This record gives sequence, structure tokens and C-alpha cells, in this order.
Amino acid sequence: MIEVKHLSVRYASQQNSDAEALADISLTVPTGTVCAVIGPSGCGKSTLLKVIAGLIKDFEGEALINGRQVDTKAVTIGFMPQNYGLLPWRTAEENIRLGCRIKGKWQQKDEQRLRELTSLLGLEGLLKRYPHELSGGQQQRVSLARVFLLRPDILLMDEPFSALDAITREEMQDVFCIMHEREQLTTILVTHYVEEALYLGQQIVLMCSSPGRVAEIIDNPWDAGTIRRDQLEFFRRGQQLRQKIKALGGQEHE
Amino acid sequence: MNRKGKAVLYSYLLGAVLLLILWEAVALLMQRPIVPTPELVFAKMAHVFASSIAVHAAWSLWRIAAGLALAVLAGFPLGVVMGYFPKADRYLAPLVYLTYPIPKIALLPILMVLAGVGDLSKIVMIFLIIVFQVVIAVRDGIRAIPAEAYYPLYSLGASFWQVLRYVIFPATLPNFITAVRVAMATAISVLFFTETFGTQYGMGFYIMDAWLRVNYLEMYAGIVVLSFLGLFLFSFIDFVEGRVCRWQKQ
Repeated sequence: MIEVKHLSVRYASQQNSDAEALADISLTVPTGTVCAVIGPSGCGKSTLLKVIAGLIKDFEGEALINGRQVDTKAVTIGFMPQNYGLLPWRTAEENIRLGCRIKGKWQQKDEQRLRELTSLLGLEGLLKRYPHELSGGQQQRVSLARVFLLRPDILLMDEPFSALDAITREEMQDVFCIMHEREQLTTILVTHYVEEALYLGQQIVLMCSSPGRVAEIIDNPWDAGTIRRDQLEFFRRGQQLRQKIKALGGQEHE
Repeated sequence: MNRKGKAVLYSYLLGAVLLLILWEAVALLMQRPIVPTPELVFAKMAHVFASSIAVHAAWSLWRIAAGLALAVLAGFPLGVVMGYFPKADRYLAPLVYLTYPIPKIALLPILMVLAGVGDLSKIVMIFLIIVFQVVIAVRDGIRAIPAEAYYPLYSLGASFWQVLRYVIFPATLPNFITAVRVAMATAISVLFFTETFGTQYGMGFYIMDAWLRVNYLEMYAGIVVLSFLGLFLFSFIDFVEGRVCRWQKQ
């Protein structure tokens, strides 16, 4: 379970010291569910993720993973940044193993799981390649393989599919759904795509900007992956959510 | 050998042939003992290489290797500290910037008093030439690493040593190798100079000795070997780079 309680983050900018990136954010992600965070760019979505990932340590309020303060050494955090976070100087295979290696929990049976994940994600034949020899979608798959092999306590994804073309993006969303069905990781997924939030999130957190705060938390009635994108209901929900985001954007300029 | 390797080999052969033709032409035009023809020099070299030049080349190579090893051992950690910890850089950068521009050869008299005229002062001289380039290259290489590159490791709770091994070291390797390559040419020239005194061994001694004995063929043979020594060192650096920076190849 991830709990964020009254979280505020200030950025130490050169001009004034009180540039507030996040103000009084509270949210709870129950174990095994996916929470999609959506909002306009600059609303602090990535900042929120960085706090939970233990990358930003200077904040007010609380960020708890399974009831304890974020401690990157004590809990296992799977963090997937926007650029997939692959090390360019390591092959795909070494990149997949990286998480387990750093955590020092590589076991013999992981070898078997690595093979399984590789075939499930269609990465056979690509393992000896370096990241720059892979397409965006393939890099994404390598990154997914890394976090799922690691079996982290929580999974944090920062706009994981936004750099992909529309077709690949939907493919990868489906891949993610399959992986999530298998592993049931507690996940926060930051996105700026309405459809992505609706498709993958069991809970949708709507954020607005300057300073970044939670505007609304919406329970998404469908389980991730069971709804079809071409259903009218899905389209209607999408329109509703769009309206809400637009309304927030309007407030911003008043 | 793959096709690319062959192409490189051919281009080197072509360069060597062109150089030889030029040399031959100059020698034939001048007709003076100070510029002998290449075939005479190579004949001499074949005759004296194993019996005398080889041991001098080995001594020079040893001094370069020792100086380089010391420079890497001292320069790499210093560069890492300066690049990774901005506070350390604030205090260390002025020191480096003040001492870096000093022509190291100007320190030779001091070195000779402190380290003697023998091997040590020669090795320290090479060390001094290479170490600054290594420090600056490693530091700037680390500064150029984007913050996001560390995120996956930080969020995994990686230790400093793991960050060093998985990010800092590989990321700075190309810069580091380039620095060694650039410094190597200077190091060889300065080594030549320092070998002209206080020793009976080394390519510098061999060439100057042949000159004083007015044995121009031996002198030229020495110069050719020195050139091959340089070629060997550069090829070695290229080879190492190709092996450890495989990820960089497009």
C-alpha cells in the first residue's frame, strides 16, 4: 500500500525560495491496484513520483510504503522513468538483471523467470543488443521486464508509454495489463493521456497546477484491461474526464 | 578479421607507403648522408633491432606504462571526487587550474633534485603530463551525466560503489580514453627529452647516442622504431576502446 499524507514540496529556485511544486497532496493506493495520476503538464505529477521513489528527500508531510517511511534500501521500488531508465552501456539482458543485481537478490530460479518474461514480452533475440539498437517499444519492454523480474513492493511509472507511437502505445498498455494480472503490483502510473488513465487505472487522481494539488480522485469502475477501447461507454467516460481536465485548465487562468 | 578491420589496415599501409615514397624522393634528391634512403635504414634496423634497439624500446615502453598507470590510479579517483561532489570541486578546481598550465618540462630541474636523474624522475614526468588530462576528462565526463541517469539506481537504494560501477565508470570511459590518447603524444615527446640524460637505456638515449657517434643509419632506425612505438600505443588504446566501449558503436 502506498500512502501520501499532506505532502508539500518546495523547489529551491534562484529567484524566490517558495516556488511550490506540490501542495497538500493526499492519496492512498491499496495493495495490488493501479492508480493513474493525470493532469496538465507542470502540475507536479513527476515530482510526486520522485518523492515516493525516494529521489526527492526534502518535503513536508508523509510518504509511506506499506506503512513505513520511504527508504530505498529497505523496500524494493521499481521506478520506470520517462526515458525507460536503461543503462546505454549494458545489453538488454544486463539491463533486465540490473534491478535484482543492485538489490543483491539474484537467485538461480530467477534465471527461469527471466526466460519466461523474455518470451512473454517478445524479447528473444534482442537480449544481446544495446539499448540504442532497440526501438522505443522494445526499450519499453526491456524496462518492463526489469521491474517485473525484480518483483518490487511498489511500481512507479512516469509517462511510460508517451514516447511511443499510438499503435505501439496501445500494445504496450495491453502488455502491462497482462503483466499486472500476473504480478498484481501496487502501481502509480503518471500519464497525460485520458484513455491511458481510464484503461489502466482502478483509481484516477486528477491533478491541477500551480501549485500542484489533487483536484479529484475518481474511482474507475472497470478492472484494468477488461474494458475494450472501442466501447461507447469507454468513449463517454473519456469525454467526461476530458471535460473535467479542461475545466481545471480554465480555473488556472482566472 | 572483419571488413572494417581490413579497411583500417589498408589505410595504414597506404599511409606508410606514401611516407616511404616521400622519404625516398627526398633522400635521392639530397644525396647526403644526413638523409639516408629508407632501404638502407630498414636494412640497418633489421640488423640491430634484436641486438640493441629492442632493449631500449622496452625501457621506454616501461616508463610510459608506469607513468600512465600512476596517472590513472591517482587521476581517476580525483576526477570522480571532483565530478560527483560539487563541493570538492570548488576547492580542488583552483588547485588543478593553477598547476595544469605549468609546462611540466619546466619542473624537470626540481624533479631531478627530488627524484634523482634516474628512472623515477622520468616516470614522474610522464605521470605529471597525463594526470591532469585524466582528472579534467573524468570530472567533465561525470558532470555531463544527466541526473535522470542515476534515478533507476538511486530508487533501488544503490550504494555509492554500485553507482560508480554501473553509471559513473562506464559513462566517463570514452572521455577518459580520449584524454589518455591526447596526452600520450606529449608524453612520448617529453620522454624522449628526459631520456637524453641520466640513463643508458631508452629510445631517447639510443637516438642521441647514435647521433653523437655520427651513425645516421642507427639514428634513423631509432626514429623509425620510436614511430612504431607510438603506433603500437595508439593502436592499443583504440583496441581497448573498441572492447570496453562496444555500446558506443553505431
